[in-house]
Amino acid sequence: MNPASLRFAVRMLWRDLRAGELLAVFVALVIAVAALSGVNLFADRIQRALKIHAAELLAANLLINSDHPVPQHFADEARRRGLRLAETRVFSSMALHAQGAQLVTAKAVSAGYPLLGELQLAAPAQHAAGAPPPGQVWVDARMLQRSGLRIGQTLQLGNSQFTVAGVVSREPDAALDLFSFVPRVLLNVVDLPATGLITQGSRVRYRLQMAGPAQEIADYRRWAEPKLGRGERIEDISDARPEVRSAMHKAQRFLGLASMVAVALAVIAIALATRRYVQRHLDSAAIMRCLGASQSQLWRIYLWQFLLLALVAGLVGAIAGALMQMLLVNMLGSLVNAGLPSPAYGLLLQTVLLGMATMLAFAVPPLWLLRDVPTLRVLRRDLGDLSRRGYVNGLAWLALAGLLYWQVADASVAMYGIAGFAVAALLALVLGWLMLQLLRRLPWQPGLGWRYGLANLQRRQMLTLIQILSLSLGLMALLVLTLVRAELLQAWRQSVPADAPNRFIINIQNHQLPVLQQQFANAGLPVPEFFPMIRGRLLSINGKPIDVARYSEERARNLAEREFNLSWMSRLPGDQPLLAGKDWPAATQSSGFSVEVGLAQTLGIRVGDRLVFDVAGTQVAAPVANLRKVNWDNFRVNFFVIATPDLLQQQSSGWICSFHLPSSHQPWMDGVVRQLPNLSVIDVSLILREVQGIIERVVQAVQFVFLLTLLAGMIVLHAALAATQDERLRESAILRTLGASRRQILMVMLAEYALIGALSGMVAMLGAGGLGWALSVKLLELPYSPSLWLPVVALGGGVLLVLLVGWRSIRQVLRVPPLKTLNQMG
Amino acid sequence: MLPNHSFQDPRTPILQVSGLGKQVPFADQQLTILANINLAIAPAESLAIVGASGSGKSTLLGLMAGLDLPSAGSVMIDGVDLTRLSEDGRAALRAHKVGFVFQSFQLVPALTALENVMLPLELAGKPEARSIAGDWLQRVGLGQRLQHYPKQLSGGEQQRVALARAFAGSPKILFADEPTGNLDFATGRQISDLLFSLNRQLGTTLVLVTHDQQLAARCGRQIRLHGGELVTETS
Repeated sequence: MNPASLRFAVRMLWRDLRAGELLAVFVALVIAVAALSGVNLFADRIQRALKIHAAELLAANLLINSDHPVPQHFADEARRRGLRLAETRVFSSMALHAQGAQLVTAKAVSAGYPLLGELQLAAPAQHAAGAPPPGQVWVDARMLQRSGLRIGQTLQLGNSQFTVAGVVSREPDAALDLFSFVPRVLLNVVDLPATGLITQGSRVRYRLQMAGPAQEIADYRRWAEPKLGRGERIEDISDARPEVRSAMHKAQRFLGLASMVAVALAVIAIALATRRYVQRHLDSAAIMRCLGASQSQLWRIYLWQFLLLALVAGLVGAIAGALMQMLLVNMLGSLVNAGLPSPAYGLLLQTVLLGMATMLAFAVPPLWLLRDVPTLRVLRRDLGDLSRRGYVNGLAWLALAGLLYWQVADASVAMYGIAGFAVAALLALVLGWLMLQLLRRLPWQPGLGWRYGLANLQRRQMLTLIQILSLSLGLMALLVLTLVRAELLQAWRQSVPADAPNRFIINIQNHQLPVLQQQFANAGLPVPEFFPMIRGRLLSINGKPIDVARYSEERARNLAEREFNLSWMSRLPGDQPLLAGKDWPAATQSSGFSVEVGLAQTLGIRVGDRLVFDVAGTQVAAPVANLRKVNWDNFRVNFFVIATPDLLQQQSSGWICSFHLPSSHQPWMDGVVRQLPNLSVIDVSLILREVQGIIERVVQAVQFVFLLTLLAGMIVLHAALAATQDERLRESAILRTLGASRRQILMVMLAEYALIGALSGMVAMLGAGGLGWALSVKLLELPYSPSLWLPVVALGGGVLLVLLVGWRSIRQVLRVPPLKTLNQMG
Repeated sequence: MLPNHSFQDPRTPILQVSGLGKQVPFADQQLTILANINLAIAPAESLAIVGASGSGKSTLLGLMAGLDLPSAGSVMIDGVDLTRLSEDGRAALRAHKVGFVFQSFQLVPALTALENVMLPLELAGKPEARSIAGDWLQRVGLGQRLQHYPKQLSGGEQQRVALARAFAGSPKILFADEPTGNLDFATGRQISDLLFSLNRQLGTTLVLVTHDQQLAARCGRQIRLHGGELVTETS
């Protein structure tokens, strides 16, 4: 290509852009690249954050993680091998301060902590630090914000008073607590016993951290691994926080798939718009051939034009994508903001190239037709027409599939994504087709506008269905995230009565029971039921020891490994229906366990199976008497396993209760905690609000991506309307010469557009409603009653969107004098 | 390279058609559209091809301009046999020696009047495309409408742009297909005046296809086609 031809191509591109001939292709590609690059940049930042922080995540090279104190021999051996050591204990507790009480995550650390990475203090002065000196605590900014505490003030944990001496800005092994929202308090491990907070039944995470040369660490790991007991895990960087990783992977895939819907729609728009471009340029190409352009010259001109267009659109899309990922990070706010590395803008180039390649895959085959246009077309317009050619070719679909695969980087997910999109598309097509058939068979005959509009839709059935598909996918995505989500939340809220318990008290000691009961009575609150809570580990089922490795399901593995909160009761809770086995009468002499049905299913436990639990070193064995169904959403105290009293009554236990605390009684609650500082009061409503806040932000981010989907759908709609605009102009010109008034023409077009909008709305409504029903009934087990707004918003939204997109086309059809149209069309 | 015939004898025909025939497959048979057309046109001559609809006028024009290939015979433009050239060879010949005016104007809708006139010059790689095109639009009376798009121009104005475009490349031969067919009488008259006046000034050879007897009468010579055959020739 010589510079002159390139310059000519640039000029031609500019001329076509200016004349609006390439706008749809341009916008569609911008959307595709923005969706790709925005989500990819964001996902990449999260992924790198995981990688970067993984090393610091442990604050060590290796750690032993346990739900009971790590046996001494592990530390002894490590010391013998010359490894550096530190230990941490993490638990929940109430922190008391002048302003009240606050549930916190307390972390007691030993000297030497952190072995790797840095603990950074932001106040009183910025500096790196190790463990807090005895008698002092360091808190995070969230704690100050929640409690109104200031540096230098006093804070009480259990029986001990501490001075708040610093504010932690960076805590290495908490760096990946992306979703943690409970304030944190750091104290020195030597202060821990005096607090009296670690008692029977309290849940503590013990970690023994080790650091040293890689070889020593590997040797130690080999030595330690076979010696690990139940509930003890050895972890290095590669094992760190698998749940966070998997959650982030899922989120990433979800955003990736959401963006792919936008990309797929944008690509449809590109295919439609290119086709129209080619159709409209057949004459120009023939004229240029006639004026002496060679085939290769013509081909180069158009190819360069599209390459340049793709480059410019790709760059604009990349900039939009960069802004979009900033918005995404902003929307998710503190959930992800902490410690995200800066965006890898190099990725943008990759995305731009991919976007360009995809666009060319869709645009080049039709462009090739321009090269082959018969020159004689200048005299005979029917030559070289596109109308009988397909819309997209196999190469293009292959490119799209490749793009999808690259985007989600997982063959099976890509397959599911493609299959899901295909099924959704097929459903939309079938539904749209059925509705069109239905409309045609309506017994009553509405006016001319309606009849003619409907006829138009049916004549261009494929294009109509594409329009319905694109618009309904975009609309459906947004409906699910707005209306349906709100309905589900509403249904869930309504399922929780206003006086449902909103506080749990845990860690209640035996001798504190009467004190607490008296407190409730004094405050005029109903005295709640207290349940014993004893920690125990399942050892065997029917004599077969529990082998964690036997379970393939992640949930089953977690359940098999963890310690359960067991309880004993003489009477089973009335609100938990038995699904199998027999209730135990109060007077029964026989021992037995009652097991929650979900747990039983996961671990393969049946009525009559003999379970053995290890409770504080004692083995407790009994058959399973029955399986219970538990409604976990009722905020009452629920247990996986309940024993008959004879089994556990002798064990020392903590107690737990749940109750409704009217907001007027908060000072009373603070007073109680002050009197009994070892209690942990968990504010369920606060946690719910936090969780809701998180969901809200995540939904916002996803919604934002889906907005692109809707936008892409609108571009497809625009491209499809544009594709038939010349035909529409000609038809209306003919109608008008036959005596149709402007009003009648308007009615025809309004009917056609309103039908497309309404049909898309209906498909979107059915899809969103179906998804809402599935989520509600199958997942949340709540009755689903879609609001009346769903059809109103879906249909209204669909019609409005189509009219919005089609307005220009309507105006053009009404404005252009029919003779002019007929003359121009030749 | 195209042969250079700038110093040719003025009596040597610029366009020579010999034994030209065109057949197209129709159903199972070959349909004859043109048969055995022989014709010679001298430089600066003007020739009208007349005949009823379907008589093969436009097909003949297309073959003479190298827009299509004949089934038989040959077409020589300026000493070059079109039927021996490739598609791109014919395009190159058109770029340098041939101009066109069509009934439906055939302007590129996405380009302004100026850009439409620039188009053949740009395709041929001429550096002064813009100023040449501007001059030509001045000459056809559209100096004030350079930046207008075809759809913003009347039919007569569009045909003027087409004339400017046709003459801008200084073609040796200009083919016009019903140049006034889409215009009202008065406008058609203005356009044909312009066409013939430019033709005279530049000494271009003019070959036009028309129904319009008055327009045909302004040409130096007329040939009549009937059923694909040349039936009469009048001077």
